[in-house]
Amino acid sequence: MEAREVSTLVSNEKIAEFQPGDTIKVNVWIREGARRRQQSFQGVVLRKRRGGPSSSFTVRRVAAGIGVERSFFFHSPNVESVELIRRGIVRRAKLYYLRGLSGKAARIKERTQSGKR
Amino acid sequence: MIQGLIGKKVGMTHLFNADSQVVSVTVLEVGPCVVTQVRTSQRDGYEAVQIGYGHAKQLTKPARGHLKASGADSRVLHEFATDDISEHIVGQALPVTLFQPGDVVDVTGRSKGRGFTGAVKRYGFKGGRKTHGQGDRHRAVGSIGAGTYPGRVFKGKKMPGHMGDKQKTSLKLIVERVDPERNLLMVRGSVPGARNGMVTVKYSKGLKVASRLSLEEWNELLGVTIEEPEIIDEAAIEEAVEETLAEIVEPEDEAPTEEAGESTEIDEGKAE
Repeated sequence: MEAREVSTLVSNEKIAEFQPGDTIKVNVWIREGARRRQQSFQGVVLRKRRGGPSSSFTVRRVAAGIGVERSFFFHSPNVESVELIRRGIVRRAKLYYLRGLSGKAARIKERTQSGKR
Repeated sequence: MIQGLIGKKVGMTHLFNADSQVVSVTVLEVGPCVVTQVRTSQRDGYEAVQIGYGHAKQLTKPARGHLKASGADSRVLHEFATDDISEHIVGQALPVTLFQPGDVVDVTGRSKGRGFTGAVKRYGFKGGRKTHGQGDRHRAVGSIGAGTYPGRVFKGKKMPGHMGDKQKTSLKLIVERVDPERNLLMVRGSVPGARNGMVTVKYSKGLKVASRLSLEEWNELLGVTIEEPEIIDEAAIEEAVEETLAEIVEPEDEAPTEEAGESTEIDEGKAE
């Protein structure tokens, strides 16, 4: 038996299917001293990383003109849920090029049912 | 209760603990072990339980004779101390559930053999300089002693030699998970030896009882009360704020109080 077969991970059913380029809303638990509250972070999925228990995804949003990126673990108990807001058409898996773009140039075309792909 | 069990190292992985932190763990397949012999003070002069683990491909005739009473075909045998030998009879199966999450254990195994190694790898010597005209002194041991007095090299001087393939023990590892169905034990940190290497898992001395208490039990024991974390529904607060704002101010005059980034709502406000 191999250690990686010993998975204790149960995938979170409240995490919606999404791809890089999609806009998602991540609801995440934040701990402030004794308090625990939920916060949401909405933005474009920049990348997904595969890595067993430490698989993660990075979300980018522009807040007050400043780009903010946050990474989340797929299996972290802190990630309560992920909602899919909008699907996007992109041609690569890692959208690092978005970091150099702003405003109109940083837009991503919406993927619709009738559209290609 | 018996103080330990025999098992096999499966490998390492990582998982999320209760605090949502990533913990590196070593997965061990522990048990099921079989009691092969009970040592009594009457006959042997001390009290212990001998247990076996695994399945041997072939056993010598004396080994077969020894295991006959228990009906086992164990590959490895090991003796462990126990509080009370009357709890154990030959042939009894001992599952991994002897350990529970939160227990503190010592894991003993045989470290990976490194063969004949130099002093840099074996003892962490610095070696020589890489530059400034160095020829063959990059990983050399350097001086091994003084001159005419004492006129010899002291015993125990750290020098190149065989490294690894020795019995080593990792102390005070915390049990993170126990999987009784697959006989798996996950302990925090690393464990000596290669995958599939035999290990023995023992309770750390003097820590067993203390660590078994959960946080709640400790708090109860010490009379500490902790308030439940307050869960704040942000959406409800926002709604309430908006409602009151709508009551106080005319909708046209409403300033965009929302955080930047909620661009859709700001746009709506401007449109109005």
